[in-house]
Formats: sequence, C-alpha cells, structure tokens
Amino acid sequence: MLLIKLFFAFIQVGLFSVGGGYAAIPLIQEQIVNIHGLMTMEEFSDLITVAEMTPGPISINSATFVGMRIAGIPGVLICTVGCIIPSFIICLILAHFYYKYRTVSGVQVVLGSLRPAVVALIASAGASILMLGLFQAELPDIVLRDIRIVELVIFAAALVILRKFKVSAITIIFGSGVVGTLIYTLMGAVA
Amino acid sequence: MKKDYSKLWTLFRSMFVLSACTFGGGFVIVSLMKKKYVEELAWLEEDEMLDVTAITQSAPGPLPVNASVIIGYRIAGIVGSLTAILGTILPPMVIISIISLFYDQFRTNPYIATALQVMRAGVAAVIFDVVINLAVNVIKTKRILYIAMMVIAFVATYLLDASAMIIIFACLGIGIADLIVTLRKGKVS
Repeated sequence: MLLIKLFFAFIQVGLFSVGGGYAAIPLIQEQIVNIHGLMTMEEFSDLITVAEMTPGPISINSATFVGMRIAGIPGVLICTVGCIIPSFIICLILAHFYYKYRTVSGVQVVLGSLRPAVVALIASAGASILMLGLFQAELPDIVLRDIRIVELVIFAAALVILRKFKVSAITIIFGSGVVGTLIYTLMGAVA
Repeated sequence: MKKDYSKLWTLFRSMFVLSACTFGGGFVIVSLMKKKYVEELAWLEEDEMLDVTAITQSAPGPLPVNASVIIGYRIAGIVGSLTAILGTILPPMVIISIISLFYDQFRTNPYIATALQVMRAGVAAVIFDVVINLAVNVIKTKRILYIAMMVIAFVATYLLDASAMIIIFACLGIGIADLIVTLRKGKVS
C-alpha cells in the first residue's frame, strides 16, 4: 500500500516538474512532506543538501533518498521508476515526431530560432557555476574581494587544456577536484 | 533513421559515466553530452544536439533523463531509449542509496566539501569550452536575429533570472513568426 502511494506520488513529481532541476523541489516537498507526510521538513532539507553535493538530477536523487529511507531497495526502484515514466513516454513521442519532421524546411526555420536560445541557456548555467566556484555566491551577492585564487587558476588552466588538447570532460572535472583538494590540503586550508 | 544495436553498450557506458560525474544540474550534462556524442563519437550533429536540448527543456521531468530518452531513441529506437535511461539513472540511484546510509559522515567530511567546491571550477571550464564552440557557430550564421536572440536570452536568464521555459517559448514564437515571414517571401514551399 505504501509502495503504491510512493509510486503515484513520484509519477506526479515526474509529470509536473517542468523546467527541471530546482523547479522540482517545491513539488517534491508538496508530495512527500505536505500531502503524504512521508518525510519531515528536516529530512527534506537534508535531502536537498545531499542532492546538491552528488551527481544526478534532483528528482531522481530525491526519489532514491525517499525510497531508501521509507522502504529500502524496493522503495528506491518504485520511486525512481514512477519518477521517470512520464518523461519516458512524453519524450519518446516528441523524439518520434522530431525525427520524422526535422528535415522539413519549415520545421528547420522554427528549430533554427531555438538554437541560439539553447546556447544562451547553457552559457547562463555555466556562468552561475563559475560564480559559485570563484566567489561561493550567486550574482547579486558577489563581492569581488572574495575571489578564490585557486579556483580561478584551475578554471583558467582547465579551459586552456580543453581548447588546446583533446581531453575528456570527465578527466578535467575530476582532475580539478584532485588538484584543488591537494593544493588546499598543502595550504592547510581544509577545515 | 536506422537503428544500430551494436552501439548499445557504448551508449549505456557513456551515459553511465556522464551521469556519474555530472554535478550541478541539467545544462552541465547537456554540455558533456554535446562533447561526447557530437565531438568524440560523432553520433549526432551539432544542430541536432541543440534541438534535442530545446525539446528536453520543454518536456516535463529531469533534463538528463529526457535527453537520454531522445538520444537513445535516435541511436537504437525504444531499446536505445531504455538502455540510455538505465545508464543515466543507475549512478545517482546507487550513490544516493549508499549516501543515505552514511549521510552524517558524508556531510561533515571537509575533504569531500573542498573537492566538491573546487570541481565547480572544472565543470565551469567544460561548459565554457562547449559554449565557445556553440556561440561561434551561431555567429557564423551571420543572422543578426540569431545573434541578438542569443545575447538577449543570455541577459534574460543570467541577469534577470527568466526561466528556461519562458525563453524557449519566446524563441519558439519568434521562430514561428520567422517562418511566416519566410513563407510570404516564398523561400520555403
């Protein structure tokens, strides 16, 4: 009974979290904390912290976290599957029509105008992460004095390496994590 | 569109690795997917990747899952979609399951906190690398409309905090208007 409740709660999370990422947070809170009382607000804020610190989409992370806390491994499976079913069906339909009609020249004109927007959206996400990395703050709260030199050097070095050599993105991300942690450890700044 | 089942293992493996290593939201993984599937494996064209991103953004659900459904479908139909989804959701499922058991130790470990903070600089570098390539291609179209849309959309999302959905739908509107103008000129049949 509990598993069925979880399943339908997460189908709704998956279905209504349009816009992705943080748009899903209030929705999960509504379903899990407010309506079904499956988690306390404190556990929920723990969940957000974990989701921020680990890879993966926040709704999958929360589905797993909630599922594990409430019903163990079966809970994880039920919640995650519920969460992705709406995406799966809707995107499959969209993909079908996209590949059927994308060569039609009228469709090309419309898609053409979406591409600059997507580039801008990716750039904006990059800028936010860079600011978090360099200042540990988002835009209105940035103080130029607080710039973190180690991160700035790592960012610049990583960008140069990416532009000049064929390195995989994963190598760069983990490389910067290892090098940075090492530098901070040597500086005695890990507290 | 032909299906290619021989690519399934590479599809699963690459989705798994990308998902396991992607900190910080949907557009990060889109940058990594672009680098992997357009530049390294040459499975998709660059324009196609951008279209897929626009579609994933307008559909409900987590962006990485949506993108893997469509990319998987492109490579091997529904089987491809399922393979790609599995690759994408397994890492967070396993990682979060383990962390939920050791949550307190994880949260308070200073080395983990430092590594996660510094990795943001690396993630930002990867995104900027991808954005430079993409922006250059938009500029190469030499259409003032597209270049202006890109700049305005960036200002609107980054400085004014407009939601991605609004940007996509506004540009969809401009695209439809553009199509009507082109049709009137008789360029498209």
